[in-house]
Amino acid sequence: MATIPIGADRTLAAVRAARRGYRVLRGLPIVPLAILALLAAVAVLAPVLAPHGKLDPVKPTREQCLAKYSTPDCPYVDNAPPFWAAGGRLDTPLGTDSLGRDELSRLMHGARISLIVALTGTLFAGAIGTLLGVLAGYMGRWWDEIIMRITDAWLTLPSLVFAILLSSVREPGLWNVVLILALVFWSRYSRAVRGEVLALRERDFVKLAEINGIGKLTIIWRHLIPNVMNTVMVLFSLQVGVAVIIEASLSFLGFGVPPPEPSWGLMMAQERESLMEGRWWLEVFPGACITMLVLSANMLGDWLRVHLDPQLRNR
Amino acid sequence: MKRYVLVRALYSVVTLWLLVTIIFGLVRLTGDPVAMKAEAGADPAYVAQLRHSWGLDQPLHRQYLGFVSRLLRGDFGHSFEKSLPVRDIYFERLPNSLKLGFAAFLFSLALGVPFGMLSALKVNSWWDSAGKMVALLGLSMPGFFVGLVLIIIFGIQLGWLPVLGKGPSAVVLGEPSTWITFWFRDWAHLVMPAFALGWYFSGAMLRITRSGMLDVLGSDYIKLVRLKGVPESVVVAKHALKNSLIPVLTFAGLNLLVMVNVAIVIEVIFNWPGVGQLLYDALSNRDFPMVQGVVLMSGLLIVVLNFTIDVLYGYVDPRIRLSR
Repeated sequence: MATIPIGADRTLAAVRAARRGYRVLRGLPIVPLAILALLAAVAVLAPVLAPHGKLDPVKPTREQCLAKYSTPDCPYVDNAPPFWAAGGRLDTPLGTDSLGRDELSRLMHGARISLIVALTGTLFAGAIGTLLGVLAGYMGRWWDEIIMRITDAWLTLPSLVFAILLSSVREPGLWNVVLILALVFWSRYSRAVRGEVLALRERDFVKLAEINGIGKLTIIWRHLIPNVMNTVMVLFSLQVGVAVIIEASLSFLGFGVPPPEPSWGLMMAQERESLMEGRWWLEVFPGACITMLVLSANMLGDWLRVHLDPQLRNR
Repeated sequence: MKRYVLVRALYSVVTLWLLVTIIFGLVRLTGDPVAMKAEAGADPAYVAQLRHSWGLDQPLHRQYLGFVSRLLRGDFGHSFEKSLPVRDIYFERLPNSLKLGFAAFLFSLALGVPFGMLSALKVNSWWDSAGKMVALLGLSMPGFFVGLVLIIIFGIQLGWLPVLGKGPSAVVLGEPSTWITFWFRDWAHLVMPAFALGWYFSGAMLRITRSGMLDVLGSDYIKLVRLKGVPESVVVAKHALKNSLIPVLTFAGLNLLVMVNVAIVIEVIFNWPGVGQLLYDALSNRDFPMVQGVVLMSGLLIVVLNFTIDVLYGYVDPRIRLSR
């Protein structure tokens, strides 16, 4: 019989816990989470991290002014190329735009706008949609009929067309885009949540609560909403990507976040001239940022769907 | 069948009515139609006159009844900018949008279906992961970014394809000879916008083909066909493909809906004179009746399209038409 040193079981337990932790960690979608964390950090710390201001042109050096305008003093140098191209400077690593503003700083501040708008817009949409979906599913009858008819009618209009209609009657602004996103996207939640609640309503724990005379509002708040949260979370993460694209599209068309602010979509719209003159990077960098954000949101959403959806989880 | 069609028609009418009411209500609640035309600091007399000419000084219920009754008579409003009925302008632009949408649809089929099949046949292989990645990219890259990248590569760097417009073949309504030239000429102008638009859908197409194919390949009748000793290529091409395409076609109907959505930005980038650009121009020109009219027209078309799809399904599949 082998002797077991004192404390071995504790070590074993620690090893087992570490292994379990490792397995959980390996299961997590590392790449999208890392990208999202990075973007979130950049968004929060943009004023600290950004090498230059988001609205003011970069102060050029004497040599730059001489090279471009052959005078020693000039307010700004526009359209500087990124650092690897001839004439690029490490000071403005991704170049400057047509107004001489630092592209990298604007991209960083743009992350802020994209994330704020997409997250709050989706959050509001989710809150409205979840509430209406639960009401429709649980109250049934007229509630159900009316809410679902409205939801269906709401869903018929393509989201961008709807967003454009709403932006036509309001002055452009950041919080307007949030309002538009909330108004356009709530219907996506109510449909899914209602279906879920229809099934939950027949479950024993809800029936028991009803028999015990618990009020409808309490049942909705304590028993139904916590149980539909999984579905809402999955939808939320998938909708964030859509919201980012809609915000970018609206801003690109000029009806979203208004000009001096550096929204990624707006930055692409403003540099269409540069594109024709061969300065492709001013289009590609913001576009790549949008794609990266949406891609990681979608990947995270897919992962959540697989792990939170009871139908998929048990496969 | 008759009962089914009637019920669907009733639902469509209710949906349309709700849609009209929502549009009316939201526009009045969240903003002011005049705000667009008369910016802050405009002459109050001008604003008042504008309100009067649009009937905005009347009580809400009168406005609403007038709005609905005009719509029932087929009057979708008059463009402020062009002083023409919105309906006429819309239908003049629609063929261009349909041409673009159809070409994009073909692109998405040509990309999505073969690669979806490949992913399903070699499930969990390298092909499958590549397909998954492409599908994700398709859904994550905004259409306008794809369009701009295409312009950079093929329009500017290589100079192979024209960047703007739809080419000289204009369409004149009701003249058959121009219809032929309209559909079959100026393909070079169509390639980039159609690809940019179709790209977005090819990813979804791929995923749907893959899951449809997987479902069918696991079914009993395919097992039976295999047991009979039919070669695998015939099993796939003849027996499996046909049934796995049903969800793809279901998706096609929805597709058109989303295509209108993405097409706005694509049309603006490529200066394609379709419905999307019409909406964009109307909004830029602060032409509110035009914006509202175009939105109403597209809502109407979508409801009609959904109704048609429902009826077709009921016709094809007895289970659907008997379920209610």
